Amino acid sequence: MKDVMAIINDTAHKQSLKELTFHRSLSAMPTAGRYRIVDFALSNMANSKIRNIGILTQSKNRSLIDHVRAGEEWDLISKRAGLFILPPMRMSDNFLSEEGDIYTYYEHLDYIKRSRQKQVIIYANDIVCNINLSEFVDFHKNSGADITVLYTLRDKKYREKHTLIETDDKEQVIDMAINTENAFSNKEALGIYIMDKKILIEIIENCHARGLGSLEMDGFVKNINKYKIMGFKWLGYYMRINSIRNFFNHNMDLLNPDIWKELFFKSGLIYTKVRNEPPAKYTNNSKVSNSLIANGCVIEGTVENSVLFRGVKICKGATVRNSIIMQMGIIGERASLRYAILDKQAIVFAGKQLRGDKHYPVIVEKKARI
Amino acid sequence: MIRKECIAMLLAGGQGSRLGVITKKLAKPAVPFGGKYRIIDFTLSNCSHSGIDTVGVMTQYKPLVLNSYIGVGSHWDLNRKNGGVTVLPPYVRESGGEWYKGTANAVFQNIEFIEQYNPENVLIVSGDHIYKMDYSRMLDFHKERDADLTIAVIEVLWNEAYRFGIMNTNSEGRIEEFDEKPENPKNNLASMGVYIFKWQALKEQLLKDEHEAYSQHDFGINIIPAMLYEKKELWAYPFEGYWKDVGTVDSLWRANMDLLEETPKLDLYDDGWRIYSVNPTKPPQYIAATAVVKNALIDEGCQVYGEIERTVLFPGVIVEKNARILDSVIHANAQIGQNVSIQKSIIGEETIIEDGCKIGESGEDKKVTVITGSVMVPSGTVIESGTVLSFENCHKFSCIALDK
Repeated sequence: MKDVMAIINDTAHKQSLKELTFHRSLSAMPTAGRYRIVDFALSNMANSKIRNIGILTQSKNRSLIDHVRAGEEWDLISKRAGLFILPPMRMSDNFLSEEGDIYTYYEHLDYIKRSRQKQVIIYANDIVCNINLSEFVDFHKNSGADITVLYTLRDKKYREKHTLIETDDKEQVIDMAINTENAFSNKEALGIYIMDKKILIEIIENCHARGLGSLEMDGFVKNINKYKIMGFKWLGYYMRINSIRNFFNHNMDLLNPDIWKELFFKSGLIYTKVRNEPPAKYTNNSKVSNSLIANGCVIEGTVENSVLFRGVKICKGATVRNSIIMQMGIIGERASLRYAILDKQAIVFAGKQLRGDKHYPVIVEKKARI
Repeated sequence: MIRKECIAMLLAGGQGSRLGVITKKLAKPAVPFGGKYRIIDFTLSNCSHSGIDTVGVMTQYKPLVLNSYIGVGSHWDLNRKNGGVTVLPPYVRESGGEWYKGTANAVFQNIEFIEQYNPENVLIVSGDHIYKMDYSRMLDFHKERDADLTIAVIEVLWNEAYRFGIMNTNSEGRIEEFDEKPENPKNNLASMGVYIFKWQALKEQLLKDEHEAYSQHDFGINIIPAMLYEKKELWAYPFEGYWKDVGTVDSLWRANMDLLEETPKLDLYDDGWRIYSVNPTKPPQYIAATAVVKNALIDEGCQVYGEIERTVLFPGVIVEKNARILDSVIHANAQIGQNVSIQKSIIGEETIIEDGCKIGESGEDKKVTVITGSVMVPSGTVIESGTVLSFENCHKFSCIALDK
């Protein structure tokens, strides 16, 4: 894998995540009890022995940079390669999202050219999964493809926007559509691509020279006849965090022990920034069932069907059901939560009640006091 | 090199023989404690938080686990260009090598290491104790009194004073007399084994002591009495708070249980004084719908389907349905089968307890049951309270030693 580098594209912005992405980019979004979305990408790469990783960031990158720092947790401290933060060179993200990501790639073309690796993996910022990328890389190398796109199969009944592909019987991609609601295929691309570095450079330079802004739309979809694009089928568990509902449901998926095991152990461990929290403490009054609890939590109340991130405190008599509480949240005595998502450091005072709906959880923004 | 005001020398060579099978394969400072720590984490974290960035860790007995655990010290924020953590095993010189003959001899053998930093003061600590202490305050105290040696002391119960090294001080705190394990203690200020020496004063004593034919080369037995005899400035620094020497299986079990009190004297949740340790990289714990968890400390990666009360679970422990664990400490990655009952026990790392076993018994009068790591206890086995089951004797209980 020393011939492969990877770029995580964290420029895409999801309006649909509302308050949860006001302060942070999608990569820095907390998920699964103690992680950020980017932890899964970085761990998959580190576990697959990829040693040169760039992250294209948007201007709201403080949270992300504070989290990944120099990449020590993923063993990316390296003399010659390691982790590279590639910030936007223009001021406004609106400007960026209108014009697409090609400009950001173009601005960092030097980094791509200078890297010694021959192949590049491009990785989306909304995917959470545990995958051995070396199988993907081997498939690409053996198939003679110019570009390989990773896809999974899913039920046609889902009506959310997806990137779909259709392939022929040799797995060559014959049609591809970005963010479509028209379910012409059940093959969903997960935003993970691999290609020879020289092809990526060619696409970026061609698009940029013609004023085309999107790597996927202009670089891949429009070139479907020019390049040989292959599909690589992968059927593991994944979360695509592109809406509040998806975020909520996927976190609840982890209460299924089979999914818990697959996501955290299947192809390697998932690393994250260590906070040195003590073990979770349960008192005589605690009642916990079917829940995911991170370290540093102190639970004196009732918790059911919920996900508690690190350092959450549930006071006596409080009840938390079907909710997600991010880092350092405090739920006061006798307070009651149902179908709620609390961003970091939110406080619900004693006796307060918060009720969302299964299909529409309430969101409490970072550091809110209720 | 810049002169260091104070460096630390950490004694981590002790076998802790009274811990029996628990220290069969590792030194006492490496013994697991409190759901995720090893005992040495407390001293290393104290150094880190006290602004002491140079720590020599003197290892000797079964150092493998300890050495790999400490690494370059990054887990305690002690990986520095100038200083940081250095593991110091005994080594061979032109004249031949020898083991560390005593606590003072261990420091004597590392005079060269200490001199590299040209320190004004040297803090001597042990990796055997569980406590949170700001050594920088003790250093201030030491400097204010211009002491040759400052010894941290803690008030112990009068009826237990005979087990400790007792300091007899004047009203200001200057040490006038030192009684090692006195039959009739005159005071209840016990030495915590935390010393700050002026380096020149310590070096002088170490050089002298090395040539004393009958010396045991021990700080408590030889160095401190010699300095008192020479009328050096010895001061007692009073410490208040939790301090525990977990010397026996019973005290190790009790120290774990102390953490389960409603407001434990040792606060692990204090954000200003985090105890650092090596992270096992595990996901959040899963507490199933069938689980009952009361009064417990549970670390990352555990899966609990059974019932847990007054118990500490280390990372990656699996407790199956209808298992019931009471008053126990379960070390990392142990697997507890269905319908197992465990009471007042310490279960070692990677141990597998198959379905339906019954291990130990709760009660003040009952002894702690110990099963060491990497043993398989087959289905339906009954292990009586107070049993110490290890790798060596497990076949007598028809248990199987697992290859690591």
